[in-house]
Amino acid sequence: MINIHEVVETNQMIEKENLDVRTITMGISLLDCISSNLDELCDNIYKKITTVAKDLVHTGQEIEKKYAIPIVNKRISITPAALVGGAACKTPEDFAQIAKTLDKAAHEVGVNFIGGYSALVSKGMTTADELLIRSIPLALSTTELVCSSVNLGSTKTGLNMDAVRLMGEVIKETAELTKEKDSLGCAKLVVFCNAPDDNPFMAGAFHGVTEADTIINVGVSGPGVVKTALEKVRGESFEVLCETIKKTAFKVTRVGQLVAKEASKMLGVPFGIIDLSLAPTPAVGDSVADILCEIGLEHAGAPGTTAALALLNDQVKKGGIMASSYVGGLSGAFIPVSEDQGMIDAVEAGALTLEKLEAMTCVCSVGLDMIAIPGDTKATTISGIIADEMAIGMINQKTTAVRLIPVIGKGVGETVEFGGLLGHAPVMPVNQFSCDAFVNRQGRIPAPVHSFKN
Amino acid sequence: MKKTIITVVGKDTVGIIAKVCTYLADNHINILDISQTIVDEFFNMMMIVDMHNADKAFDTVADELEKIGSEIGVIVKCQREEIFASMHRI
Repeated sequence: MINIHEVVETNQMIEKENLDVRTITMGISLLDCISSNLDELCDNIYKKITTVAKDLVHTGQEIEKKYAIPIVNKRISITPAALVGGAACKTPEDFAQIAKTLDKAAHEVGVNFIGGYSALVSKGMTTADELLIRSIPLALSTTELVCSSVNLGSTKTGLNMDAVRLMGEVIKETAELTKEKDSLGCAKLVVFCNAPDDNPFMAGAFHGVTEADTIINVGVSGPGVVKTALEKVRGESFEVLCETIKKTAFKVTRVGQLVAKEASKMLGVPFGIIDLSLAPTPAVGDSVADILCEIGLEHAGAPGTTAALALLNDQVKKGGIMASSYVGGLSGAFIPVSEDQGMIDAVEAGALTLEKLEAMTCVCSVGLDMIAIPGDTKATTISGIIADEMAIGMINQKTTAVRLIPVIGKGVGETVEFGGLLGHAPVMPVNQFSCDAFVNRQGRIPAPVHSFKN
Repeated sequence: MKKTIITVVGKDTVGIIAKVCTYLADNHINILDISQTIVDEFFNMMMIVDMHNADKAFDTVADELEKIGSEIGVIVKCQREEIFASMHRI
């Protein structure tokens, strides 16, 4: 039988160490909504989302009550909109109409975000893909809850450099159209290499075409819990350190598994995956950077950071995999800058640079995330940074992502405030040397040799 | 059996257990086990109860117990057992 110490431990994790379930994300296929008439398409989309997801938020709240565990976000991911809208949309403005429909449906069912305003263009772009990508600035500046993502490459296909170049411009334009809000639109836009079909986390969630009609995916979190556990093993060997992280990750993941199963049962929707991620929030004590410090670094970014992060990421997976049979999504430690107070401190102390962050992304999920850069950064420079990050993902057969925010009107040393879970961020310097001639080449980077496994 | 864990955390005062137990008895909730300990100078009590024959819904019981707790200056929480079992048992 459960004993009092176990009960006290669990409740301390929830109350003092920010243990929570970060998100229940319902994936909804919109393939059956397709129509060549735009109004009919939007009508179908609105009806399907508001029918299938009508109980999502309420169910989440009921589970919160049952176990007294916070479920921070309830979200929806949909089939990439470029696939759904291809037949009906002839202009970027047509696609933006779909975004507005998604926003309206998301407000109606009360979710925090809806993801999947996306295009998958790892090898080439269809006309619809390109129209959707060109509509992103308009879509994100005229909606509130819609998140957008674009998959630009994969280990199997190589990198679509034409799309990489285009995304540099789209990110700049999105920043420009949302400059009144510190270019907030870019916080809802992410580009990927090797994007997973079942990621529950925003801004990159979409419901892949390989998925069932509807599915429940859950993202767990808990950097604060890992940090607190590690406080008790200061000075101990790596073996003890790893064992502690593993055990903690196991416990955290089991809570996610329980919530996922329960939500799946209550909603009558199949359970998909648990995403084992350490997702920080700006709240004090809910930081991945603080874990790195607890492992033994003065600040995130100090020598040893990549090794410490590699260790952390691997142990989280080892503990989590034992706790759930279906693990997927991004699964790893997130290292966003603006959403992690420890990361912000490290940048402000001069310990953490964009280049070091790039190195860190080689060993963890996901990538250069929530990084504010000067608003006058050239589009080609942004594309160059994206290409670097995508190359890491392509060669290492892992997911990588870029979510940069060129803050219009602000420069290095200034701070941007996004509010809520998105936090605040110091504007970081970007390498000033040009990559114009590289980015302006046409075509794609071929798939790497180790992708030919057949 | 619908096992639920009730925890009471706060400063030790006279009658905490009595108040909670009276409420449980009135609502046909059977107590299976009680234990208590002191953590960081706070009184911690845990009860394992069976709500199978309870008169009221889980939500209502949780809310009402929370209210009783706040009247006597302690925090009373009601949670289904599965969260602890899944976390601490393989």
